[in-house]
Amino acid sequence: MPQSADKVKDHISLFKEPEYLELFAAKKAQFECRPTDEAVAAQAEYTKTWEYREKNFSREIATINPAKACQPLGAVFAAAGFEGTLPYVHGSQGCVAYFRSHLARHYKEAVPIVADSMTEDAAVFGGLNNIVEGLQNAYKLYAPKMIVVSTTCMAEVIGDDLSAFIATAKEKESVPADFPVPFAHTPSFVGSHTTGYDNQMKGILNYFWDREAQLTAAPGSKINIIPGFDGYSVANNREIKRYMEEMGVEFTLLGDVSDVFDTPSDGEYRMYDGGTTLDDTRAAINAKATISLQEFCSQKTLEYVASKGQQTVAFNYPMGIGATDSFLMKVSELTGKAIPASIEKERGRLVDAITDSQAWLHGKKFAVFGDPDFCLSMAAFLMEMGAEPTHVLCTNGGKEWEEKAKALLASSPFGASGQVWAGKDLWHLRSLLFTEPTDFIIGSSYGKYLEKDTGIPLIRLTFPIFDRHHHHRFPSFGYQGALRVLVEILDRVFEAADAASDISYDLTR
Amino acid sequence: MSLDNAPDAAFNEALIKEVLEQYPEKAAKKRGRHLNVKKTDDAGSSSCGVKSNIKSVPGVMTIRGCAYAGSKGVVWGPVKDMIHISHGPVGCGHYSWSQRRNYFNGTVGIDSFVTMQITSDFQERDIVFGGDKNLDKMIDELNDLFPLNKGISIQSECPIGLIGDDIEAVAKKKNKDIGKPVVPVRCEGFRGVSQSLGHHIANDAIRDWVFEKTKPEWETGPYDVNLIADYNIGGDAWPSRRLLEEMGLRVVGMWSGDATLAEMERAPKAKLNLIHCYRSMNYICRHMEEKYNIPWVEYNFFGPSQIAKSLRKIAAQFDETIQANAEKVIAKYEGLVAAVLAKYKPRLEGKKVMLYVGGLRPRHVANAYDDLGMTIVGTGYEFAHNDDYQRTTDYVKDGTLIYDDVSGYELEKFIEKIRPDLVGSGIKEKYATQKMGVPFRQMHSWDYSGPYHGYDGFAIFARDMDMAINSPIWSKFKAPWKAA
Repeated sequence: MPQSADKVKDHISLFKEPEYLELFAAKKAQFECRPTDEAVAAQAEYTKTWEYREKNFSREIATINPAKACQPLGAVFAAAGFEGTLPYVHGSQGCVAYFRSHLARHYKEAVPIVADSMTEDAAVFGGLNNIVEGLQNAYKLYAPKMIVVSTTCMAEVIGDDLSAFIATAKEKESVPADFPVPFAHTPSFVGSHTTGYDNQMKGILNYFWDREAQLTAAPGSKINIIPGFDGYSVANNREIKRYMEEMGVEFTLLGDVSDVFDTPSDGEYRMYDGGTTLDDTRAAINAKATISLQEFCSQKTLEYVASKGQQTVAFNYPMGIGATDSFLMKVSELTGKAIPASIEKERGRLVDAITDSQAWLHGKKFAVFGDPDFCLSMAAFLMEMGAEPTHVLCTNGGKEWEEKAKALLASSPFGASGQVWAGKDLWHLRSLLFTEPTDFIIGSSYGKYLEKDTGIPLIRLTFPIFDRHHHHRFPSFGYQGALRVLVEILDRVFEAADAASDISYDLTR
Repeated sequence: MSLDNAPDAAFNEALIKEVLEQYPEKAAKKRGRHLNVKKTDDAGSSSCGVKSNIKSVPGVMTIRGCAYAGSKGVVWGPVKDMIHISHGPVGCGHYSWSQRRNYFNGTVGIDSFVTMQITSDFQERDIVFGGDKNLDKMIDELNDLFPLNKGISIQSECPIGLIGDDIEAVAKKKNKDIGKPVVPVRCEGFRGVSQSLGHHIANDAIRDWVFEKTKPEWETGPYDVNLIADYNIGGDAWPSRRLLEEMGLRVVGMWSGDATLAEMERAPKAKLNLIHCYRSMNYICRHMEEKYNIPWVEYNFFGPSQIAKSLRKIAAQFDETIQANAEKVIAKYEGLVAAVLAKYKPRLEGKKVMLYVGGLRPRHVANAYDDLGMTIVGTGYEFAHNDDYQRTTDYVKDGTLIYDDVSGYELEKFIEKIRPDLVGSGIKEKYATQKMGVPFRQMHSWDYSGPYHGYDGFAIFARDMDMAINSPIWSKFKAPWKAA
């Protein structure tokens, strides 16, 4: 008998028991009509070849294991970063179940979002009734300070007009006339979750700066910071705030989910906690400049902010030495506040750590995949450490990103062998890893299938991370964040070295 | 069972009233029909007293999903040797990618495709010009890249039905082109009110596009059964299969966890259909009964009481040999059951449980908790129909709080006021509940554990409930410097 009460075996060990192995074999032999083992082995080998790679890269329509999600995911994420805010999705309810599950699996947190549950009748007549009723119910039940509306593709295909619908809902007193209901159209057949983040962030600023009241900018000394879609936002936002406080910079972090997606367990469920205050959001029009930490999450937003007379600057995910240097120097330049010695010391400690470890990284080859800004800074940081980003693959990267990534690789001898793959997916990456292998893969949990197939170790450093816990609770931004990223990479390097050979199983490395 | 643990009908009725007061009038009226307590009248007739399978109220935070989730996510996705195209924009396939833990044996990307996200990734031009042409081309590309696939299913996302694509025509053409089944499924997410219609549509697609499309060469036997509607979450279907095989039955098809297309194609040749998740696959069982005269039996492999009852019920459909075997199987596991109960029952006895799951488990797991001495004080379904609530009356006590398509607000209030010892629900409910200091287990995914089916699974179930309830962390919620 495979099971016992003394030592309960679950799926991890139960299915290795002989009774189950026999069951599997018999099922396969008698009932499954699977291809022969030889055919499977031959095809598996074939997928490793250059010929298969060419076939794989010649496909034009099929998308296989893409590393991107759709617009409304980014929209609800952006909305969640504001005080007392309930993200609201106009369209099918299934999408919202998916967004909530997806974010909850990464953050291990509750993710309250409502849908207005459009069905067949709404497909025919439009979703006006849904929004009138939905806003009223959401407002009454969940007492938010703001409801932020985005759309699913269903509402977009039938052409619902959010501006008009929300105005009608207010006329019908679903919510008070002065209650903030910013919105953004977020069709999932355009762009990805990073596009949705951008659209929603712009929608929120636009609401407070133009729709609620026509504000006129009165530039002051503060700066705005827009973090972008970032799975490490909990710790990264806190790290950015710490830097600003140490520098004595007055700032507003626009869309700060750090406390929203990191609430304590003390017996009380906080549906709303933290987030950028609505007053700060209104006042953000008076900032002297707005800095985006992720260029490709904020292009439309920055364009809008610039139209209000503000200076705008965009970075590509401030992770690593140079990226953090540029970010801090820009903040210093904009605000006139010096970078304090304490931060300089942190920088020195990071450089010290890399100096100690560089021999283990020099010349090691990495494949990197993820969102556009993450890919750029990860590749840059690898090159700073003497490692080589061999494949930089971004499913939601376009032409502009591709050029930027190529220029980045061209800027360092460590990028000389690197190749940039815009718009490609993880099945493409599988072919790349078999034909032009690397030593390590850096990406999200979805990379685990590549690790299994190719045997190349995966280092999880970007959203989503479902199968490891609490990574997002530690920063990857700034010098401290870079130190943590360094350690995660080194751990895998040392594990690989330990596993590689009995002879060189050294105690000290 | 001590009376102390019996659900308190009066308390629950007052709680429902209190919760409804928070809603605007129209929504309160709608939601009021979905909340009640289970009652038995003087004539002995029991009822859950709720309406079900009705549109969710907008803006209340329903926990439900959509028809696509019911078809791709539940019924079709686990069929391992077929490629399932998430046809439309990228999101639906992305969020459902590898999330249901439908275990299978096979080589991913070679002869099995369960843990892959394959999508037509609609762009604006597809919405404007239609996606049929690209779908046609995509199927060729996939068949070329994955030549060992046995068939392809097209899982429609919302836009497909709205832009007027003719995926059936594409399917017919491609079936001829590639010589393999190509199954169009009209499971657009806006259809119906929940996952449930997606199950039904997926069942109909099996009927219309799989059955009788091939002539399976197959030597039948007197004990051939299909194991229907077990999705092999965490490996559930395998201990179930073992029990059936141990009692002398031949499981010719497993639907759809660890299933191959061949197992579906030959199903109409079986002698009996055994259905676990009634909600998601009763349709195809009814069809097989009408068309092929195959009777079907509902069974329940959660917990020793229901397992024994089900084994006997199944055996009763066959001869004395099988019936004797069933008794032998039950006897064989008595020792394991006794040991599991001896170990865990003292730690769990008297604990109160609230459930909120999909279309089967809110009743099916109830007796497994009973076996451990625990009491269900509230239960409800995301997407049940009236026949599910009728069946529920057999499983729960009078006074049990019943909530259909519960909203986030309602569930949170119910948990806060009832303060159960354990809540079993999904990932969206998990963290809010735990932060309130209430132990929780995900009862869709088994919280990354399992299997829970069969005797082997019951041991794991008992262990997991014990881990959740008796974790030392619950005592640390209040900082010691704070007054109690």
